[in-house]
Amino acid sequence: MLGGTGLALALAVLAGVGVGAIPLAPGAVVATLLDRALDAVGVQVPGGLQGSDAAVLLQLRLPRVLLAALVGAGLAISGAAYQGVFRNPLADPYLLGAAAGAGLGATLVIAYAPVQSVGPVGIVPLAAFAGALVGVGCALALGTAAGGSHSATLLLAGVAVASFLAAGQTLIQQQNSEDLRAVYGWLLGQLGRAQWSDVGLVLPYLGVACVVLLLCGRALDVLAVGDDEARSLGVHPGRLRVIVLLAASLATASAVAVSGLIGFVGLIVPHIARRLVGGSHALVLPVSLLAGGAFLVLADLVARVVLAPAELPLGVVTAFIGAPFFAGLLWMGARRR
Amino acid sequence: MTGSPAAPSGTVGARVEVIGMSASYGRTRVLDNVRLTVEPGGWLAVIGPNGSGKSTLLRSILGFHAHDGLVRVDGAPTSGMPRRERARQLAYSPQRPVLPEAVSTRDYVALGRTPHRALLAPPRAVDRQVVEDVMERLGLDGMADRLLRTLSGGEQQRAVLARALAQQPRVLLLDEPTAALDLGHAQQVLDLVDRLRRQDGLTVLSSLHDLTLAGQYADRLALLSAGRVAVEGSPADVLTAAALQTHYGARAQVVTGPSGPVVLPIRAPG
Repeated sequence: MLGGTGLALALAVLAGVGVGAIPLAPGAVVATLLDRALDAVGVQVPGGLQGSDAAVLLQLRLPRVLLAALVGAGLAISGAAYQGVFRNPLADPYLLGAAAGAGLGATLVIAYAPVQSVGPVGIVPLAAFAGALVGVGCALALGTAAGGSHSATLLLAGVAVASFLAAGQTLIQQQNSEDLRAVYGWLLGQLGRAQWSDVGLVLPYLGVACVVLLLCGRALDVLAVGDDEARSLGVHPGRLRVIVLLAASLATASAVAVSGLIGFVGLIVPHIARRLVGGSHALVLPVSLLAGGAFLVLADLVARVVLAPAELPLGVVTAFIGAPFFAGLLWMGARRR
Repeated sequence: MTGSPAAPSGTVGARVEVIGMSASYGRTRVLDNVRLTVEPGGWLAVIGPNGSGKSTLLRSILGFHAHDGLVRVDGAPTSGMPRRERARQLAYSPQRPVLPEAVSTRDYVALGRTPHRALLAPPRAVDRQVVEDVMERLGLDGMADRLLRTLSGGEQQRAVLARALAQQPRVLLLDEPTAALDLGHAQQVLDLVDRLRRQDGLTVLSSLHDLTLAGQYADRLALLSAGRVAVEGSPADVLTAAALQTHYGARAQVVTGPSGPVVLPIRAPG
């Protein structure tokens, strides 16, 4: 099943880079990528793309598709981790204030920042990243101080922090209504300005976070039997919860920084993964990672093709595709029972 | 001991000593200077009215609840023990086990191997072997691939017991293992625990609310009342009409049955 999901991701990436105003044949795409990859060891692969086609692939499509895969993978595995930690199927990566914090950070700099970028890095991603981490950090600090990392206390702390930050964002928007469009454009999620530098920006954080989460899969399976039983099996539930939430929030913050708020992926993809491979986190986490990547690559493909040359907001597409798909899964599951 | 593979290696059945155990919920003291000893291979059942502190006592012995006092397993204090080491000594089945969704019985039982293997690594051959042996021993081998949530109440309780046994512990702490079961299934589970205790020499410390069953299966009873051990001793010593009147506020007659004292409730006159 892991292999199948990996294949789905590879096919989605091929479709993502191939489809567009200038179609690129999959064979030529693979040849070009192999040629570039093997260039370092002096091997030439014939049949690759030439001239402007190669530029479209390497400068426009590939960074965007890879960024979509990274963001989707990060959001989906974070969602699976959040659902495991809280033993709640409705948990998603934005639950503890990551979204509200990122929103406040982005709104602040859109409204007030005197500069657009720091060096090569845009200031909105930076502010969103910092805001997301501050939001989750506050929720975790408040929750652990109040209740020793019980999941219900953490959830309530997250609700309190998120509504406070969201109120701050609304206040700033009210006072700077001329910036509303820019803020909403960001909030709805987009990958239209994706560059290689964005990929480089998120890859280290996402990479570390995903490795930590994948390693925690078996521990999350132990946590699933309850805090007391996890303790009786030698696992510290509070510590595990904080480690997993920190890693998942780092992944979420990186994703939010480069793509805005893209809903649905973190909530739905883990459910699809569970229907495919059962309840064990040791499998649900990697399958969510791969399926989330594939899902967002395809959603982004739809977002830029349907109204071409205009683009739909990615968050709208994920909901439009994801909701009926999930409804279908629920319906089939109900009939099987 | 002729080790069946599911039995722990080396000596099983540790002596458990609880010394001066006190615990509170907020300002309410629920355990007051409790002192208990369970001999290796013995079965001590903690009985007592609702709210007398039975569950808190078990959770405190396991170190899940903040407490004063000392717990020793074969003389070694558990307070200084690493978490995983303690998990290899003491296995626990709570009153209301959390049964994870979409997990097979085999995968659930395999969680018992957690303190014996690296948390990041997949199960080893020895872990899988212990899991298969335990499931066969508890008659779960036919339902290994079924989802835990689809088992009957009695089967689920056996699966929880299997998970605890896969830990290869020296002491089983069972909080009301028969709470959700009808009489026949309750007897099945208690027979099973008794067999494990006799075959492997496991020490068992359980709470049991059914007094007659407690007297039939445990070799010692401790009656907990308002956080203190009111009476401790053999079933015949502890289960007396006077003690039930004093500590439970119950009208009952205790008669001698074929396998120990039998508690007969008496209806109020009129």
